[in-house]
Parts: sequence; structure tokens; C-alpha cells
Amino acid sequence: MIKSELVQKIADENPHLYQRDVERIVGTIFDEIVEAMAEGKRVELRGFGAFSVKKREARTGRNPRTGETVNVEEKHVPFFKTGKLLRDRLNGK
Amino acid sequence: MSVDTLTRMDLSEAVFREVGLSRNDSADLVESVLGHMAEALVSGEQVKISSFGTFSTRDKNARIGRNPKTGEEVPIAPRRVLTFRPSHLMKERVDTGNKA
Repeated sequence: MIKSELVQKIADENPHLYQRDVERIVGTIFDEIVEAMAEGKRVELRGFGAFSVKKREARTGRNPRTGETVNVEEKHVPFFKTGKLLRDRLNGK
Repeated sequence: MSVDTLTRMDLSEAVFREVGLSRNDSADLVESVLGHMAEALVSGEQVKISSFGTFSTRDKNARIGRNPKTGEEVPIAPRRVLTFRPSHLMKERVDTGNKA
């Protein structure tokens, strides 16, 4: 399922809303999650999962092709942990 | 509730501000977005949200695990796990946002 299909499903269930409003609503939800993480916040959606930011320390890496050492800067990466309810549902519980 | 954690309530508040639906309707819409995503994943579908990321499921084989505290061997049943791969845009936003 892609975003436009998700929008379509929501639009079908809400005939009183304009399609373009449904697009804005869906877009707002995902933007809000990204912006929160950009501010270093966690997003906890009980039953679904939680988005958080993990810090990766700076390290000395190696170019696997040339064997040359390179400095890799510290960085922050998005992380998602599946919620218990969804994990159970995925396993037919 | 910690100011460092967003919940469904904050997402519905954002929808409420953006579109001007009632708070109740906004909350229902957030719930139905998550519901449809979960439903697709449970049915084995991938969920691909452009400029956000991709959720997909993977089947893991049974294996023998070990309780790290006691050293005891425990069987781990075959199971299905969910993985999330963030989009480039998300990675970029999250990294630059946390740099400042």
C-alpha cells in the first residue's frame, strides 16, 4: 500500500471530506512525526509502535574497497520499534 | 506526559489545527490512518509512504536462543517481524535537526 492508496481508503470512509483535505490530513500526520524526531523527540503510538532518534557516535571507518581509513562524523538516525499489540497481530495472536 | 514525547493526542491536535475539523473527528482520522496501516501490514502488504519511509514484514526462522543471564538455552519460535526503513528525507531531517 502506498500513500495515495491510504488516502483513498480514508476518503472512501469519509465522504463528507474533500479528497484534498484527506491528503492534507494524512500529510500532516507524517510531517508531524518527522518534525518531532527532527527536534529529538519520541513519538509513541501505543499499539502501533514508537519512533525515536538514536545517536551514532563518531567513528573511524574504512573504505572497504581501498582499505583507506575515513572519519565518520557523529549522526542521529530515526528508529522504529513495533508496538506489542501490532507485533502480536502480525503473529496471529 | 513528557514534553519530549508525542502521542496520538499531539497528532490529532496537529490535524485539528491544520484542517479545522473537530477534535473528535481529528482523533478518529489519526486512528483510522494507523488502523489501515496496521491492517495492510498484518495482511502481509508493505506500506510505503513517500518522503516518510517504508514498513515491511519479514519472516524469521525458529532458532535456539540463550538467556544471557542464566546461559540457559530457550527455543525461539518462528515469527514475523516488522521493519521500518526511513526515507532519505526523514534521515536528512532527523540528522540535521539534531545537529544544532
